[in-house]
Amino acid sequence: MRRFAMIAVPYGWLAVLFLIPFLIVFKISLSDAALAIPPYAPTMKDGFGALLQGLDFENFVFLTTDDLYYKAYLSSLKIAFFSTFFTLLVGYPMAYGMARAPEEWRATLMLLVILPFWTSFLIRVYALIGILSNEGLLNQFLLWLGVISEPLVILNTNIAVYVGIVYTYLPFMILPIYAALDRMDDSLIEAAEDLGCSRMSAFWLVTIPLSKNGIIAGCFLVFIPALGEFVIPSLLGGSGTLMIGKVLFEEFFNNRDWPVASAVAVILLLILIIPIVLFQRNQQKQAEAEG
Amino acid sequence: MGPLRPCLFFYLFLRGDLVAKPSTDTWDKEFSPWNDPDEKPLIRFKNVTKKFGDFVAIDDLTLDIYTREFFALLGPSGCGKTTMMRMLAGFESVTEGTIELAGQNIADVPPNQRAVNMMFQSYALFPHLSIYDNIAFGLKRDKLPKDKIDARVAEMLKLVRLEKFARRKPHQISGGQRQRVALARSLAKGPKLLLLDEPLGALDKKLRQDTQFELMDIQETTGTTFVIVTHDQEEAMTVASRVAVMDEGRIIQVATPGGIYEGPNSVYVADFIGDVNIITGTAKAAGESKYYVDWGVNQAPILATSERPFSDGQECHLAIRPEKISITKEKPEEAENAVQGKVLDIAYLGNLSTYHVELPGGQIIKAQTANTRRLSRRNITWEDPVWIRWNATAGVLLAE
Repeated sequence: MRRFAMIAVPYGWLAVLFLIPFLIVFKISLSDAALAIPPYAPTMKDGFGALLQGLDFENFVFLTTDDLYYKAYLSSLKIAFFSTFFTLLVGYPMAYGMARAPEEWRATLMLLVILPFWTSFLIRVYALIGILSNEGLLNQFLLWLGVISEPLVILNTNIAVYVGIVYTYLPFMILPIYAALDRMDDSLIEAAEDLGCSRMSAFWLVTIPLSKNGIIAGCFLVFIPALGEFVIPSLLGGSGTLMIGKVLFEEFFNNRDWPVASAVAVILLLILIIPIVLFQRNQQKQAEAEG
Repeated sequence: MGPLRPCLFFYLFLRGDLVAKPSTDTWDKEFSPWNDPDEKPLIRFKNVTKKFGDFVAIDDLTLDIYTREFFALLGPSGCGKTTMMRMLAGFESVTEGTIELAGQNIADVPPNQRAVNMMFQSYALFPHLSIYDNIAFGLKRDKLPKDKIDARVAEMLKLVRLEKFARRKPHQISGGQRQRVALARSLAKGPKLLLLDEPLGALDKKLRQDTQFELMDIQETTGTTFVIVTHDQEEAMTVASRVAVMDEGRIIQVATPGGIYEGPNSVYVADFIGDVNIITGTAKAAGESKYYVDWGVNQAPILATSERPFSDGQECHLAIRPEKISITKEKPEEAENAVQGKVLDIAYLGNLSTYHVELPGGQIIKAQTANTRRLSRRNITWEDPVWIRWNATAGVLLAE
């Protein structure tokens, strides 16, 4: 009985905060847009029978007719993929440096990584506008150095989106990798060198495989939210930046087409389920290997 | 000499093999290269000093270790024994002095290019690789062909009796098996020198004892020179051909286990190895290499022999092992040294009993006897007045 109660808590949480909202969204995605409040039909007021009869997959079919959606999904996948890769590229050396730092420094370094979370996410993204814009700090600094003669156009391009995602999600990449590297016994590297590895090959043959689980966890933690990201592309990206989060927002608030917006969200979730399941399996495998 | 050379090597190999496999458990009496002035040491520490900042870990240390030796570095933690080993492996640089391996200064040789392998205290097995791949790791770095690697790994697995476990991961085997994998991995490349850092520290006592003999067997079979670091004196005594007792970055004494136990050169060594009674007094000559030790106001002086000369009135310490002191209820006749006392405590160890005998002056002397009779028939008990006696040759007279 107690075990049942223990399991019931997380499942109840999941049901209330994920499953029920999802079912509502799914139901809306099967409805038709209407000039009403709420802006779709049929609703529960029409009675259950009429409700069931009024539902169809029209909106999903509609998504396939306009290539905007299909392009937005692909472009989101591309941006999420590359920004995850760049985050890994920036995050791994930082995590490595933290794990190799003297013991007394590690807590401070960890604090510095988490520190940005103390400020609002939105403010930090606005700050990036100040840095990346044509008259921004970065351009002024580069002009002052004489590296460039014309300001670089960074803001309102995909580059700014990459910068934004890498910057905001960096801690999610660093922390799991750091945890994996921190657990690693230093004598493993010495053993590898003792058996004939150079520093570099010891890194590739021992450090990387042993931090693999951290890398995978970090990549998923960045990739999954980056795929549906809305704030960063809409503030930093230009009109050319196509991301599904932005499309969803526009369908929902600008077009007030709740059913199509819901269909977009359902597809997005289906796309995300694959990496989420993979992530879960990775976590489980890790737990088994340690257990 | 052309074609003759391989034959010669083969001949030497055969001979070496025959000489190196004594059938007894103990060390071959003939094996004592340290007494042979023509023998070239495999490792030579020459005035080596190692400093970490202001801390002197190794202090002007000179030491020779010979091929095929099983050499133990013994000392309390922080005495510098691990630092010495890490300098041999190449993980620590030498501040002053030189270390030679087979006549070559190894200061500038990085760890991955030394013909030295190390077995780590934590074993440092790669958790993501199978037992097979762990053992093959070093061989693969040498870019050996696949069939050679297979053959060598199989040989190593057979040596440590783990053939059945090749496909397992390190976390799927027991601690004792992991220890053997670590040994196999460090031996796979056939190093000139194998370093063992507290190799048996993580095993329980029974397993440790079995493994000690296994280590010795493997050392004999492979003919590799072993240098072992340990703080366990029993372990050092069991496995080693020679033991170096270290303290505060210096070597206090290097000798065979028997030499260290029977002939310690200082109170520190006598006290560090095994149990000992230390009696402090002043020396007085009593004939050729014999001395009287005055040690208490109301006590007759102790007669002791010593090869080391002492001047009259010089302070000296007599170290006597408890098992060399016998205990009786009656006054012994014709004993070179006999003192009366009272049994204060009896430590019963099953096979042995150690009697703590309090002398009238308050000193406590430990005497050990084998329990040849059953416990119920022991005739000495607490508070009994007893006599303890020992021969003049039983102890070692030490200046410091």
